[in-house]
Amino acid sequence: MVQFTPVAGPHTHGGTSTTDLMYLVIAALLPASLFGVYLFGINALIVLLTCCCGAMVFEYLGLKLLGRSSHSAMDGSALLTGLLLGLSLPPSTPWWIALSGVFFAIIVGKTVFGGLGQNPFNPAMLGRVMLLICFPVELTNWQQPTPPTMTDGGLAMNNHWLNINIDGISAATPLSQLAGDVSQSLPSFTELSLGQHAGSLGETSALLILLGGLFLLWRGIIHWRIPVALLLGLAIPAAISHLIAPESFGSATSHVLSGGAMLAAFFIATDMVTSPTSAKGQLLFGAGCGLLIWLIRSFGSYPEGVAFAVLIMNATTPVIDHYLRPTVFGQAKRFPL
Amino acid sequence: MLALKRKPFHGGIHPTGHKELTANEATINSDEPQRVYLSLQQRNGVVLRSHVNVGDTIVKGQLIATGPNDMCVPLHAPINGVVDAIGPHVSAHPSGLKVNTLVIRGNGDPNWGIPHVPCDTSKLSPEEIIQRVLDAGIVGLGGAGFPSGMKLRFARQKQVHTLLLNGGECEPYLTCDDRLMRERAAEVAAGAALMVRAIGCSQGIIAIEDNKPASIDAMRSAISDRPQLSVQVVPSLYPMGSERHLIKAVTNQTVAPGQLSTEIGILVHNVATAQAVYEAVRYQRPLIRRIMTVSGGALEQPANINVAMGTLVSDVIAKCGGLKMEAGRLIAGGPMMGQVLPSPFVPIDKSIGGILALSKDEIRAEQSHDCVRCGRCVNACPMSLMPFQMAAHSRISDLDGARHFGLDHCLLCGACSYVCPSRIPLVQYFQHARSSLNAARTMERKSAQARQLTEARQARLHREAEAKKAAKAAKAARKPRKRTARTSTRTQRNTSNNTSSS
Repeated sequence: MVQFTPVAGPHTHGGTSTTDLMYLVIAALLPASLFGVYLFGINALIVLLTCCCGAMVFEYLGLKLLGRSSHSAMDGSALLTGLLLGLSLPPSTPWWIALSGVFFAIIVGKTVFGGLGQNPFNPAMLGRVMLLICFPVELTNWQQPTPPTMTDGGLAMNNHWLNINIDGISAATPLSQLAGDVSQSLPSFTELSLGQHAGSLGETSALLILLGGLFLLWRGIIHWRIPVALLLGLAIPAAISHLIAPESFGSATSHVLSGGAMLAAFFIATDMVTSPTSAKGQLLFGAGCGLLIWLIRSFGSYPEGVAFAVLIMNATTPVIDHYLRPTVFGQAKRFPL
Repeated sequence: MLALKRKPFHGGIHPTGHKELTANEATINSDEPQRVYLSLQQRNGVVLRSHVNVGDTIVKGQLIATGPNDMCVPLHAPINGVVDAIGPHVSAHPSGLKVNTLVIRGNGDPNWGIPHVPCDTSKLSPEEIIQRVLDAGIVGLGGAGFPSGMKLRFARQKQVHTLLLNGGECEPYLTCDDRLMRERAAEVAAGAALMVRAIGCSQGIIAIEDNKPASIDAMRSAISDRPQLSVQVVPSLYPMGSERHLIKAVTNQTVAPGQLSTEIGILVHNVATAQAVYEAVRYQRPLIRRIMTVSGGALEQPANINVAMGTLVSDVIAKCGGLKMEAGRLIAGGPMMGQVLPSPFVPIDKSIGGILALSKDEIRAEQSHDCVRCGRCVNACPMSLMPFQMAAHSRISDLDGARHFGLDHCLLCGACSYVCPSRIPLVQYFQHARSSLNAARTMERKSAQARQLTEARQARLHREAEAKKAAKAAKAARKPRKRTARTSTRTQRNTSNNTSSS
């Protein structure tokens, strides 16, 4: 039937959908997730699955509470929140702690504000910070990676990997080393980029996260402004301070490659809902995140500052969007930028 | 990154072109239609006065209706025949508004009723050229439909230095300007030269998007002996056809919001208008036909077709083999900014450059979702506005909020809706807000007018009362009894007070 009722143009569409975007981001995170499971074993898998499934269930309940169509639970946004939270947790986190984190992220972080697109704060980081404050011991119990090794008899899996021995081998993360004594031997550049060190489940391999991020850039899902600004905002102060006082400040490479910096640059700070939309705003937001990460890491009481930095900058997003608007075409520029 | 650097203005999109459907087929010359339907109401709402009556025999090219001033272009008969009826008929307005329409029954004779001999255009003065353009009833063929002669006259007064011919044709599917430039390059060039002379400017630039290499070649060779004309290639980027954006791409100058391009000495016309100007000036032929693209996935034989004004859309579609599948929508114009046709029995008018029968697969209508603030609309907006904020404010009819985020500057180009992953009908919201604003402004104007009238009336009454009082006082002064005079003055003052307070 030809539609003769008036509708506004355009009468065609580029074809992208929010659901596609969400699942592409999830796909970009898969290599880092699988690598995390390879490094840290079965418990890591349990954490990830708890977070992902829990996020979907809570999203469904949240949509019911809001009286919305529950189809949107499948749009990938909740799954992405769950996955990001899971990746930012230590691999030895008990499943019930992960689940309570996901509950907080979805229900308090998202549903309470009115669902998709309405939340001022990144839900995954809200969940992460809530857990860090409520369960400081479990959330800072870092495990040494114990990947299966290739032997003559085939793939040899150790007990830590298979989660038979509950007490994993605790180890310091590169960041806690940075916060403590810099003179201790830090993991090398290769170790940091490949992820052969203790840390959160999905944050250890900077290289895989970078690859995922480059995939998103190539597909046009994210823009380069926030990642580049964040990494520069972190690297520049780190490099300067390291130059002045190498004994008390970590180098730019160790800052950029360790902890959640890469994950934050490409996957967390670039969250569409909670980041500014204008070009100038995105640059400022990214640089602010990077600078805050460095400040918290260098001077704060927590060794890692990604979650706090992102949440603080999320709070500034409405202000940034209000003031740093694009100049209307043809109008004289307000700020000569 | 290279593509980013070459972008002449912020934003813009690259929609799928679909131009291959019609770009390589020669324009079909449609036969004389059996009936034409000529609306007596123009796009700007002015009603023309018909000079013919039902039953009159009329010839092709005959002047049949005129308006009250030069802002209304005259109407000419596109075919030979007899006036069949004058009455309401559905118009291209999206609401399906019925307007007074003159129906001519054709007799199939394709010859002009009045001989149109070529004249030596070099002997014509600029005023004569402009007058011929006005007499031929030419309006901008790019879609806006502003009387071209008026535009030329205005540009001459403003001493414009550059004529810019828009051969951008950035809308997907449409190829009529492309075909015109390939097939009638010499006429376009001649028309451009005439326009340059009419407005007394120094140069004419024909801007063509780089996805039309054949047109670029054709126009380059056509202007080789006209030093005042040049061809400039601009990157294909939607909305390049927007006047301000074309000017930015060609001259790197920007027109400030609220200003006209003539303020910076540039006048923009469509290439098809230039061709019509050539015919009007050289042969004194009125504009009674135009080339339009008839395309879309639901159409049997997409083509460019030269049709008589007033032909019904259904006849044009039938000429192109009819529909091969159910069309989702019939569109007048391109898919980005075109309007839904309210009926297949709408007649073609001068500003319809294309008819699209789009299949459901091409329209891709989907349920819209919540905005996720992804910022794609901000990146796509060629005016550097924040469409998602404008839509959020328009949605709750917060018109001031929407204006704050740039509603007044919006071109309604639809780039934001095209890229929106949540399928939010942004343009729909903007049109709602715009029309609400217009309605509010009209109301305001009306009440201001009413207030002015009331005040004027009160002032008049007051003046009359004062005059009476003065007359009475003068009368009283002549009389010797002062007492009564004072009392009467007091009463008079009381009445005048009552009038002003009411």
